[in-house]
Amino acid sequence: MIEVRDLRREFTLTTKTGRFRREKRAVLAVDAVSFDVAAGEAVGYVGPNGAGKSTTIKVLTGVLAPTSGHVRVSGVDPSRSRRELARRIGVVFGQRSQLWWDLPLRDSFDLLRAIYRVPAPDHARRLRECADLLDLGPFLDTPVRQLSLGQRMRGEITAALLHAPELLVLDEPTIGLDLESKERLREFLADLNTRRGTTLLLTTHDLDDIERLCPRLVVIDRGTVLADGPLEALRAEVAPERVLVVDLEEPVPALAGLPGVTSARSELNGLRHHLVFRRAETTAAALIAAVAARAAVHDISVGEPEIDDVVRRLYARR
Amino acid sequence: MAERVYPRLVAARLRGQASYRASFALLCVVSALSQLVELAVILIVFTRVSALGGFSVDEVILMYALAGVAFGIADMVAGQLDELPTYIRTGTFDVLLLRPLSTLAQVMTSDLHLRKVGRTVASAAALVYALAHNDIAWSPLTAPLVVVAPLSGAVIFSAVWVISCAVCFWLVDGQELANSVTYGSGAFTSYPATVYGPWLRRFFAFVVPGAFVAYYPALALLGRPDPLGGHALLGWASPLVAAVTAVVAGLVWRFAVRHYRGTGS
Repeated sequence: MIEVRDLRREFTLTTKTGRFRREKRAVLAVDAVSFDVAAGEAVGYVGPNGAGKSTTIKVLTGVLAPTSGHVRVSGVDPSRSRRELARRIGVVFGQRSQLWWDLPLRDSFDLLRAIYRVPAPDHARRLRECADLLDLGPFLDTPVRQLSLGQRMRGEITAALLHAPELLVLDEPTIGLDLESKERLREFLADLNTRRGTTLLLTTHDLDDIERLCPRLVVIDRGTVLADGPLEALRAEVAPERVLVVDLEEPVPALAGLPGVTSARSELNGLRHHLVFRRAETTAAALIAAVAARAAVHDISVGEPEIDDVVRRLYARR
Repeated sequence: MAERVYPRLVAARLRGQASYRASFALLCVVSALSQLVELAVILIVFTRVSALGGFSVDEVILMYALAGVAFGIADMVAGQLDELPTYIRTGTFDVLLLRPLSTLAQVMTSDLHLRKVGRTVASAAALVYALAHNDIAWSPLTAPLVVVAPLSGAVIFSAVWVISCAVCFWLVDGQELANSVTYGSGAFTSYPATVYGPWLRRFFAFVVPGAFVAYYPALALLGRPDPLGGHALLGWASPLVAAVTAVVAGLVWRFAVRHYRGTGS
């Protein structure tokens, strides 16, 4: 569905160096980025601010032309066949609206139907589907400028889906939304991906989005790909430690000297202990046995490292 | 299924504006008045002189009216291009690039200020007056020219608008420059070309083909030879000039958008 090979994208920055003199400087926003996305995949494209995420997205959607490199999206070259591509993909920019500010949501959808030449029955069916799943009914006839951010985002996503794109590209779709709205969007997108098979590519700062939606992660920083793979593999690779949390029946000041434990801390006056251990050196089972030999255990849980931890470590590793 | 997208886009904009009815009527009147102020200027000048560049007051009003109708139509069609710098700055232009439509047509239809009708209507009234008070060389050729000339003029103005606004893809603050060309050529065409100095005349006659909006067609309507020695056929050349400027404008726009996508904002 997406094919990117050695994508490079330069920007020219002009800075004033004197009253009349200007210096031009080429800045590489994206440098030799390569990745593929197969049909039906859901991929998270993450990285810190200024990493080159938005630039990549703009090149993939045909807004910007690449400086060099090979890009195919949905079988076409985005910079040459912008209009052709526009019919095949849906794009949601969290920060920019596709909708008509002073028209009711329904009228915006109607205009998009004309723009994308969607047959009326198909349009009606898809709109009904989205309206049901995203609960648009109560505000379909409200002018867009009066919608809350959460309502507007649901409208934006519907707008991007009415021409039944095979690929949906989302740039920060959950930015600024409250928890409930985020959850509702994620649920909808997960369903779209698994049931309808729509390919998803999304950039986000909210790693819960990734955890919930994207089995695969492409991490980019300073214009290059740092890592590409399933979230699980990345975790094992950069965060080989796990945390065992034990709740005891009776408080114990500290659990020191357990084999394989790299650090330990206690809370609730010694009732709960967090034991960080290396996967390679011991197993959770062995550690539990060692703890149980010292104190009566009430409850146990084994935690995976948080995803932001994983990404932070990837950045640090460079 | 040939659905007409652009009329729908414009209709939607008009619906969006419909909520401001009272101000609409007022703005319509203001727009008409602003056009009539220019007419007043011409009339005041003629209280001091009996001819301007060799033309009588009624003849100048004819040129003023032809230019006014053309400019009024162009303002409605292409005036929205004045918003281009805002679209570029706020990223709205990127959204236009995501749709399977031409960017130029999308910018042009992104809004329509119906109040601008006021200017066109006032100019059309002046045109009717000028046609009645001049000694028009009516013939099967000149009669259609009355309609064709303002329409060609509208295309010429629109093309000039497109070309000068395309500057904004390079200079986001290029609006002032663009306006001096668009509104400047609007003012130029209201007077006979003979009143200007040779350099300004050449610039606005041939670089920005403003003389083909009103001056040459008016000469043809009046059956007068060009005091500057231009060929008599120039009076009939407006549609051709319009077609050429439109093509040039299309190419410039394409080049400009390619530049934008190549450099980004």
